Amino acid sequence: MLEGFAVLLLFQLIGELITRLSGIPVPGPVLGMALLLLAVLLIKKVPAGVRTASEGLLRYLPLLFVPAGVGLINHGLLLKQDIWVISITLVVSTIFTLIVTVLVLQGLKKLWGIEKDA
Amino acid sequence: MPEVIFELWVYMAASPLLHLLLTLLAFFLAQWVNRRAGGSPLLHPVLVAIALLVGFLLLTDTPYATYFEGAQFIHFLMGPAIVSLAVPLFDHRERIKREFIPLMLACVAGIITAVISTVVLVRMLGGREDTLLSLVPKSVTTPIAMGIAEQIGGFPALAAGIVLITGAIGCILGPPIFKLLKIKDHAVQGFAMGLAAHGFGTAQCFSLSNLAGAFAGLAMGVTGLLSAFLIPLIMRFFA
Repeated sequence: MLEGFAVLLLFQLIGELITRLSGIPVPGPVLGMALLLLAVLLIKKVPAGVRTASEGLLRYLPLLFVPAGVGLINHGLLLKQDIWVISITLVVSTIFTLIVTVLVLQGLKKLWGIEKDA
Repeated sequence: MPEVIFELWVYMAASPLLHLLLTLLAFFLAQWVNRRAGGSPLLHPVLVAIALLVGFLLLTDTPYATYFEGAQFIHFLMGPAIVSLAVPLFDHRERIKREFIPLMLACVAGIITAVISTVVLVRMLGGREDTLLSLVPKSVTTPIAMGIAEQIGGFPALAAGIVLITGAIGCILGPPIFKLLKIKDHAVQGFAMGLAAHGFGTAQCFSLSNLAGAFAGLAMGVTGLLSAFLIPLIMRFFA
């Protein structure tokens, strides 16, 4: 568990270092995720410690959004200026985005002859 | 207030312990409220917890920076949590490999829909131009969205707030839309949620199934990567 957590931090650190040095517009943890995926694909298994740490963290993923979400308290004024435009746009655009994504994905899967295995 | 309690409050309010503990308690309370409400997405535990904490900070006149000194210990875990998404992706690698091209094309279609519908709606409703530029990266995971907003001329701080609200809206709208369109495949549901509602959607998907969570995490990562290149490009046509 602790070794697994250290591995996760190590890959995050490598990701942060590469993005800082190269200036590519990707957050360090996202690059760290890609590198860890590459590493486990290479060794063809997930070490038990890494799996335990990963499952522990992902179980509490919603909680991890709370501190940043409370930060909305600081954007009150900016949000108020265009509140109706913002609310309507976010709701309608999110509906479109969800619908187009699922329909395109399902359509293409049929086209590619991939059966559903839900 | 008796003096002893006042002194205790002054001490507690300045220590990270209080706000760290309050964040956990607010989350437990929010989960309990959500269960009592039959798991309604309108009372999403994250939203209820945020509302409780915002209310508390306003009532006690506590600045966000003071709150964050305690809450940062939870916030910090976001980094390793994103890295750990590699594990569910590895578990479902066969299926991802098989569906790779449809997944990538659906991702591009989703990003274009998100951006163009936002531009058209804001212009139609008469919103301000800098509001528009902060709204465009709304479906992208926060750190990338802030970078995109800055690059195209929006406000990064407002963009970060918008991203969170979009995530919450996606969590509320996703389940009824899937029901309406009769989408039962957890992989498809997860992919759409990760694309439209980034980490918020991904978090919700892991409570559905590991498969939904893996595809949501995949969509979140790919949407972030592609958006960083696609959004500035698309916005050139609308400038």
